[in-house]
Amino acid sequence: MELLFEKSREGRGCDLLPPLDVPPAHLMEGMERKRPLRLPQIAEVDLSRHYSALERRSHGVNDGFYPLGSCTMKYDPKVDDEMAALPGFAGVHPLQGPDTVQGCLEVLYLAEELLCEITGMEAMTFQPAAGAHGEFTALLMVKKYHQSRGDAARTKVIVPDSAHGTNPASAAMCGFTVVNVPSDPKGGVDLEALRAAMGPDVAALMLTNPNTLGLFDANILEITQIVHDAGGLCYYDGANLNAVMGVVRPGDMGFDLVHLNLHKTFATPHGGGGPGAGPVGCKGFLKDFLPAGHVEEGEAGLELRDPAQSIGRVKSFYGNFGVVVRALTYILTLGAEGIREAAQVAVLNANYLREQLRGSYDVAYGDGPCMHEFVLTLEGLKKETGISAMDVSKALLDHGIHPPTMYFPLIVDEALMFEPTETESRETLDHAAQVLREIRAQADREPEALHTAPHHAAIGRPDEVNAARHPVLRYVFPEDRA
Amino acid sequence: MGNYLPSSAAERQEMLASLGCERIDDLYCQVPEEMKLDRLDLPAGKSELEVRRIMESIAAKNTVFPSVFRGAGAYRHYIPAIVKNVASKETFVTAYTPYQAEISQGVLQSIFEYQTMICELTGMDVSNASVYDGASAAAEAVAMCRDRKRDTVLVSAAAHPMVRQTIETYCFGSGMKVKYVPMKNGFTDEEALAGLLDGSVACFYLQQPNFYGRIERAGEIGQAVHGAGAKYIMGVDPIAMAVLKPPGECGADIAVGEGQSLGLPLSFGGPYLGFMAATQAMMRKLPGRIVGETTDHDGQRAFVLTLQAREQHIRREKASSNICSNQALCAMTAAVYMAAMGPEGMRKAAESCMAHARYAAERICSVPGFDMVYPGPYFNEFAATCPCKPEKLLAGLADRGILGGLPLENGSILWCATEMNTKDEIDALERAIREVV
Amino acid sequence: MNAPEHLLYTKSHEWVLFAGDGSAKVGLTDHAQDALGDIVFVNLPEAGDSLTKGEALGDVESVKAVSDIYSPVTGTVKAVNESLLDAPESINADPYGAWLVEVEDISDKEELLDAAAYAAHCASEG
Repeated sequence: MELLFEKSREGRGCDLLPPLDVPPAHLMEGMERKRPLRLPQIAEVDLSRHYSALERRSHGVNDGFYPLGSCTMKYDPKVDDEMAALPGFAGVHPLQGPDTVQGCLEVLYLAEELLCEITGMEAMTFQPAAGAHGEFTALLMVKKYHQSRGDAARTKVIVPDSAHGTNPASAAMCGFTVVNVPSDPKGGVDLEALRAAMGPDVAALMLTNPNTLGLFDANILEITQIVHDAGGLCYYDGANLNAVMGVVRPGDMGFDLVHLNLHKTFATPHGGGGPGAGPVGCKGFLKDFLPAGHVEEGEAGLELRDPAQSIGRVKSFYGNFGVVVRALTYILTLGAEGIREAAQVAVLNANYLREQLRGSYDVAYGDGPCMHEFVLTLEGLKKETGISAMDVSKALLDHGIHPPTMYFPLIVDEALMFEPTETESRETLDHAAQVLREIRAQADREPEALHTAPHHAAIGRPDEVNAARHPVLRYVFPEDRA
Repeated sequence: MGNYLPSSAAERQEMLASLGCERIDDLYCQVPEEMKLDRLDLPAGKSELEVRRIMESIAAKNTVFPSVFRGAGAYRHYIPAIVKNVASKETFVTAYTPYQAEISQGVLQSIFEYQTMICELTGMDVSNASVYDGASAAAEAVAMCRDRKRDTVLVSAAAHPMVRQTIETYCFGSGMKVKYVPMKNGFTDEEALAGLLDGSVACFYLQQPNFYGRIERAGEIGQAVHGAGAKYIMGVDPIAMAVLKPPGECGADIAVGEGQSLGLPLSFGGPYLGFMAATQAMMRKLPGRIVGETTDHDGQRAFVLTLQAREQHIRREKASSNICSNQALCAMTAAVYMAAMGPEGMRKAAESCMAHARYAAERICSVPGFDMVYPGPYFNEFAATCPCKPEKLLAGLADRGILGGLPLENGSILWCATEMNTKDEIDALERAIREVV
Repeated sequence: MNAPEHLLYTKSHEWVLFAGDGSAKVGLTDHAQDALGDIVFVNLPEAGDSLTKGEALGDVESVKAVSDIYSPVTGTVKAVNESLLDAPESINADPYGAWLVEVEDISDKEELLDAAAYAAHCASEG
């Protein structure tokens, strides 16, 4: 499809701004831009149609089942978007005086109160803009906490081998050395390996529970105890909170800090990769280390305060406020019972779909029930038929189903990770299972058709090798071509 | 209670039965009993109408000023209708990161177009798909410049305070040292900069126009920075780039900035958009998502996420950044904005900002006791003295529906004007100031 | 098994070719390039950098993976093969021609395998 730049025609455009009603001002000599600004020149109708065409070449939650593991692609209630767009929120400047932003501060205050109850934490910051940003924020708090106690020797962070890649990367950004601990044969944290890794140099453990295999670690209290006994802190990666919210709380599992992905668990849309929000909650003893600008009750109402030993700030202002408005709307709508019910049905749907697939595919670590997601391993299928996790994923595209997460977690070969979420009906799950069973049968019958899938998408499989070897990262104008 | 679950209680019971379970709690058998909650201490669920009333009543506690003369990192610009329309398209709003290129060509192409526009705007070679906001973009840019021998970052004291604080926080993590280059007459002190540039300096961060609205000698500063073997990072205002010498013409190695001005509402500080562009030589150090063009097996044009081996999901603890999302919807919004405005519209917006700021400065400083704090060139913000306590003036203006400038620590006020401020509005501001002081 | 007789090998799949002047060229074996798949980029040290045997001297990227390259020797980088930056695919096409770095002032080296021992090592790894 043509790019906007290729659709551009000299002299076209949208007439949007009035002529000047004041005398013009000029830049001083030598300060002006010299290069032409080659933005598209395009009429509104063509611009509008361009993006409608791009929309047709994309896939969102409304375009079909989206069981992308670890991403919690649930349906986003429309009222949430409408509330975030209320002029009373969208039109507020972030540096207005506190007396004129009591509503915005109330949103943050209320969301903090409700999310602290859901997670078992005592304070929360909304500044982090995404999950990874939350991890970074929380680990800086860990660093500052240990330093404040004169305990500068704690330089290691323990991360299980099933963890999301952001965990070790966040720890490294904070200057920690990452120690990977293996999973045990059941998919949980290997307690012996964890004990062996403990010592006076351990700053924290980062853990997702349920983990990326979709399993709840039954040893969780022992795990957090081992870390605490060694003087370390326990950090909960909230990526998988959707399985357990309202059922069990990270705070009660022994975690000291937690980040949430509002764009996953609390139904705020993903926007093609963002904006999200990654608030960080902590127990009371860590409250003083929260980022600058925490909402508290003052004499004249709510106000923003900088905690005493704050780590500083991880971005401008107070976080992705509009995302927080959406999440608050969602939580108020569901309430205590609805939140728990959402988690329970997410778990039910995952177990149901897994059971439907059991006869056709191998389930990794599939002995007991799973939580909100599960992992298939196609190692056997690949040996038998040559059909890989990639092939099955690409075949799903032809059926209007977004593929599951591929090749993750790393400890499972040929992994496909499914997370159906609670907002899918039984018919959708049955249909997906049916399609996957057909693909399994096709793997024996006509493997070649699967190797070349998809056949009905906007494009065939792209040449990613060439893309990375010889990167073309922007449109090259004809006059710039060599 | 409001809920969004399609399955009925009876259906759930059937599904449970097919799993050989009686109660949904059987599925949570791995969760230790003593840990399980009876009930969350949250309010009961509510209908959509009830929740709407609550949220509207909360929003009503805010003041939305009809007339705004405050910027300082967040700017009120005109948002064309087409921008809001495209940004609210269902599929774009609800898609995830475009991992599956075959069904994500729309999102990928929109990012590729965005990357091209950012390159054009900044005059740089390559752009990423965006990061969280301007401040985190600046901090990520600093991290790109670190090498084994150079671990000090110099930051202009005339940069936005929140950007400075964010750089400091990131450096607290990484262990890089932050030093400030002081200000002189509202500009970065070039002599002081020269004195601080030694072999330990990895990079220098300059904001253009700076926090006080002033236009720095960015080209000359770049030469000094490169002369010392350090990298040069410029944080720029995207609207100003339509008229002002862009980083690519000032020798910058990395250009970053806050993209909120490109079609995003103020929204009490977010979601916004951090843009990041660099020279070809620094391409592989750029953090975050990057979209590249390639072909599919039939030779058709195709877009993919590329250079992924830089990223955390592959490099894990060896990745230079942990970022895994971008602000895709905000980046698309910015792209639609730039395309709708076009080269002429962007120039018009920038010129209108400058002209209205000049006019506002003239009118404000016609009131006795109000004077420009710094002489010399500025874009659309300027600091002016205030003969009374700024709080008094600003409260008086607020009573008249005007959000005045931002009070600064030295008792002056940082004013801002954009194309949204009409002549009449500025004249009304002047009258209001005369009434209050 | 393509492992030329005139080269020496590490267990981590690098090859070494010692020159008469005491310097050495280092590259990736055919077995390594095959396991990595299509190589899209290689991160190399700079001339003058010190290398330590057994430690990473750089890494090599495929589309969805990155692998460290370990130095077989302790010494100083004399030169790097700049042509690989634009054409990393030559490692796949000609692994024993596409040297990565040339090392001089070599003071120590790993326990290196001859071609037969290396082939046996690869076989034992499966």
